[in-house]
Amino acid sequence: MTATRQAGAPAMRPHQRDHLVEVDDLKVHFPIRAGIFQRTIGTVKAVDGITFDIRKGETLGLVGESGCGKSTTGRAVIRLREPTSGAVRFDGTELGNLKPGPLRRMRRRMQIIFQDPYGSLDPRMTVEAIISEPIDTHRLARGAARKQRVAELLRMVGLDPKYVTRYPHEFSGGQRQRIGVARALAVEPEFIVCDEPISALDVSIQAQVLNLLMDLKGRLGLTYLFIAHDLSVVKHISDRVAVMYLGKIVELGRPDVMYGGPGHPYTRALLSAVPVPDPQAERRRKRVILKGDIPSPVNPPPGCRFHTRCWLYERLDKPEECRTIDPPLRAIHGDLEAACHFAEEALKTDVGVAHIDERPVRRGTPVEALALAAPPKGVPAAKEAAAPAAETTGGTSA
Amino acid sequence: MDASANPVTDGPTLIELPAGSASAVARAAAERDPSRPGNLLEVRNLSTHFFTPDGVVRAVDEVSFELGYGETLGLVGESGSGKSVTALSITRLVATPPGRIVSGEVFFDDVDVLKLSDEGVRQLRGKEIGFIFQDPLTSLNPTLTIGYQIGEAIREHLKLSRRGARDRVIELLDKVGIPRARDRLTDYPHQFSGGMRQRVMIAIALSCDPKLLLADEPTTALDVTIQAQILELIQKLSEEFHTAVLLITHDLGIAAGMCQRVNVMYAGRIVETATVNELFENPRMPYTWGLLDSLPRLDDIRGGKLRTIEGMPPLLIDPPDACRFNPRCVFARDVCREGEPALTQRGSELHMARCWATQPDGWIK
Repeated sequence: MTATRQAGAPAMRPHQRDHLVEVDDLKVHFPIRAGIFQRTIGTVKAVDGITFDIRKGETLGLVGESGCGKSTTGRAVIRLREPTSGAVRFDGTELGNLKPGPLRRMRRRMQIIFQDPYGSLDPRMTVEAIISEPIDTHRLARGAARKQRVAELLRMVGLDPKYVTRYPHEFSGGQRQRIGVARALAVEPEFIVCDEPISALDVSIQAQVLNLLMDLKGRLGLTYLFIAHDLSVVKHISDRVAVMYLGKIVELGRPDVMYGGPGHPYTRALLSAVPVPDPQAERRRKRVILKGDIPSPVNPPPGCRFHTRCWLYERLDKPEECRTIDPPLRAIHGDLEAACHFAEEALKTDVGVAHIDERPVRRGTPVEALALAAPPKGVPAAKEAAAPAAETTGGTSA
Repeated sequence: MDASANPVTDGPTLIELPAGSASAVARAAAERDPSRPGNLLEVRNLSTHFFTPDGVVRAVDEVSFELGYGETLGLVGESGSGKSVTALSITRLVATPPGRIVSGEVFFDDVDVLKLSDEGVRQLRGKEIGFIFQDPLTSLNPTLTIGYQIGEAIREHLKLSRRGARDRVIELLDKVGIPRARDRLTDYPHQFSGGMRQRVMIAIALSCDPKLLLADEPTTALDVTIQAQILELIQKLSEEFHTAVLLITHDLGIAAGMCQRVNVMYAGRIVETATVNELFENPRMPYTWGLLDSLPRLDDIRGGKLRTIEGMPPLLIDPPDACRFNPRCVFARDVCREGEPALTQRGSELHMARCWATQPDGWIK
């Protein structure tokens, strides 16, 4: 199906009203140049034909290892990167056809938060200047109104507005990431690409920023594309999860379904590799150790790109179609889609899910102690946050 | 060079350690391997401070712990908690100035490392104690072949011939799972992927059959499938060579899977220490609770909000005489602000915590 489409003229699926972002057969290739004439000697196929939608108000998690193309996908979706081919539609409008003016107006509706809170803020700008910049670019407010808006945004992300005259170096990593969030929110976007927003932060700070992002989503009705390499984080925040490997989506579905029984052997290998903070589960788990490294996206393996490292391929005695036919994403069970010829075989194993059992998850704070806990203090934005936090403690889900 | 010139401490000093913990760790070591009972490493009241223009930073403040022969001990904490400086202090690798080990004793195989001559410590590093650091690209020299770099410690410490050293290097590369080892001796670090470089680092660390492996965030820079490979390798080799491991990590999941015991560090102090089962099943320190609560987990149904630890770790310049976690602790009472609790026993011999609230007379049972 995907293979028969002409590059540059993708067969577009009809627009659905509840889909905010629709991506059709997106490809992003980078030329490798060498020599004095900078001749192209090869192409890095960073993203190589992926199709997915993001529904309004949804968080789509995009997970994969380094070099799988997840960040490039995130950038191409908001057109920070020109796609090589394929289409990206935002709210029904094809971004590739837009002239600069309308594209800029469209950009106001989509924003991005970056991984590195140190590299993504200009060290010579005050917090006020950083957050005002997009407000000025899109001429949203001026003078006193702009000042007021900056203060409001800072409060929204849990920072004290009195810090507006400070510079990024005066803030910790977590606080800088809050500034990055405030900057993204300044233009009142509907859609935010979160590109590894918590990877550079310490454990306790990660949870703070994660809670903030979930809070804001609920309050402002945002839609997220949440890119991360951490499967636990993606599971926690996402309504649906897409797993990428070497420029392709190999599995897509709801996290409870996918994590309970993934159809793709790569997803299973990933799950089996994630350490769980529970010594008993760790001892019980069956780890599939994938051999070797991820192959180069310049020369991806023929057929299924994962077959060179696939444990199921070995177990099934190296079936030929894995080497010759690139498996398309197909429905496995329920909403779950996987790109594997032998997904049904993968489902029969307990690889990657062996450590999941019926025991309640042992969290940190003992239930008896919770009653003694003082309400969280200090952060101004915590007022709204305090109530739901108290309900969901102790590991029970809301 | 001459180990006999070093002051060797006598055995009985062990008895001075608090609360019978010394014997417990040593007994556990004896159970694992009766031929090698006792402690390989004993750190007592170790303090390493950094003298900066802004004041004295107490990066490691009166830290005491033990490590049995062949044991894997985790040192868990967030950035700035002092876990890396602890490891550096053990081998006297703290940059001086600005840092200085201001007090304490470090017994390695009953030798006080802090009293050794510089040459004595050099004999320890690389030979008795191997290192693996977080970033294999910056810890390898880009201008030297990996064959040379692995052979360096072997030639230095084992006094093997060129040929003997070469064979040993090939054997090591095989052991750490680098294919076609013989052909890769003349390759440079940039020709290896991140995971392969970390394997080279492990080969260097294990080249002289060390008694202790210091692994400082060995997999933090790696992808999760590569991390699994490296952790498995460390586990397998440490068992095979009966090497004790001090594993420094911020990842509680890694600690749960790799360690027999875990020390949790916060603001330069050990705030809790326990066997791995005890720590995860019955933690007795609100900071440990907070760490566990703030992790999104694979083995959990998707759950709304995470309980977080509010605020940030304190500055370690002139910390007040109070529990260092109290400003962020939701259970803190006046006593927590008035004095710092000691690391005292909780239930089993190997379980200790630094908390007023969970002490027997405290307000959390």
